[in-house]
Amino acid sequence: MAEPMKIRAKMEGDAADVKVLMSHPMETGQRKNEKGELVPVHFIQSVIATHNGKTVLDAQWSQAIARNPFLGFRVKGAKPGDKITISWIDNAGDKSSIDTTVAAS
Amino acid sequence: MNRSRRAFLKLAGTTGLALSIGLIRVGQAIAAVWNKTGFESKVTADALKTLGVSGAAPNKDIVITAPDIAENGAQVPVTVTSKIPNTQSISVIADKNPFPLTSTFDFSNGAEGYVSTKIKMGQTSNVIAVVKADGKFFTASKEVKVTIGGCGG
Repeated sequence: MAEPMKIRAKMEGDAADVKVLMSHPMETGQRKNEKGELVPVHFIQSVIATHNGKTVLDAQWSQAIARNPFLGFRVKGAKPGDKITISWIDNAGDKSSIDTTVAAS
Repeated sequence: MNRSRRAFLKLAGTTGLALSIGLIRVGQAIAAVWNKTGFESKVTADALKTLGVSGAAPNKDIVITAPDIAENGAQVPVTVTSKIPNTQSISVIADKNPFPLTSTFDFSNGAEGYVSTKIKMGQTSNVIAVVKADGKFFTASKEVKVTIGGCGG
């Protein structure tokens, strides 16, 4: 499920405001398909954000995070041009990552 | 082939394997171990135990921004801001979900005590934020009324 992500990082005051949109079904394991069969649980378990290579956010998720997950966070002390990277891995071992540079406000 | 040579080869093989694992990890941040017991807990109290929480104090410096009424339980926007100094982590719990613990966010290296996401809610329930700051736990909660649940469907 390594489809593209969207990311935006922009200065707001003395912090970079980062917004990420991931592409993932986030199946709960409780939903049934048209045939009435349960769709297996499939969800992003871990998301890591780094700022110039240093981990700033280490998130652990359950299947209760909504489909095509949204994530917003802030990095104090970041500067325009700094690199923000997001990587995730799901319960099936699928991975994806994306990076961007912090834009001036 | 004598015994010491064999031992040496065995050692070299093991070391080589360890090195190659090390190489694969270079450039990748290493995630915290996924809290399986916590995420599979069916009641909030059990999930809290896995986070090491006992007796978290309510704190007004934690603000939960979420709708009073969520028409669609499959997409409930939740933002948690902690103004408590040295906020290390925020966990978000939907109290009446089949598995209440939805997420834990650990902050480091300048990340602020702030996170915004969207969660699924099966029914009307309190959304609870648990904040760890300086090794102590604090909490806040907000009720979200859910019109259509978002777990099955």
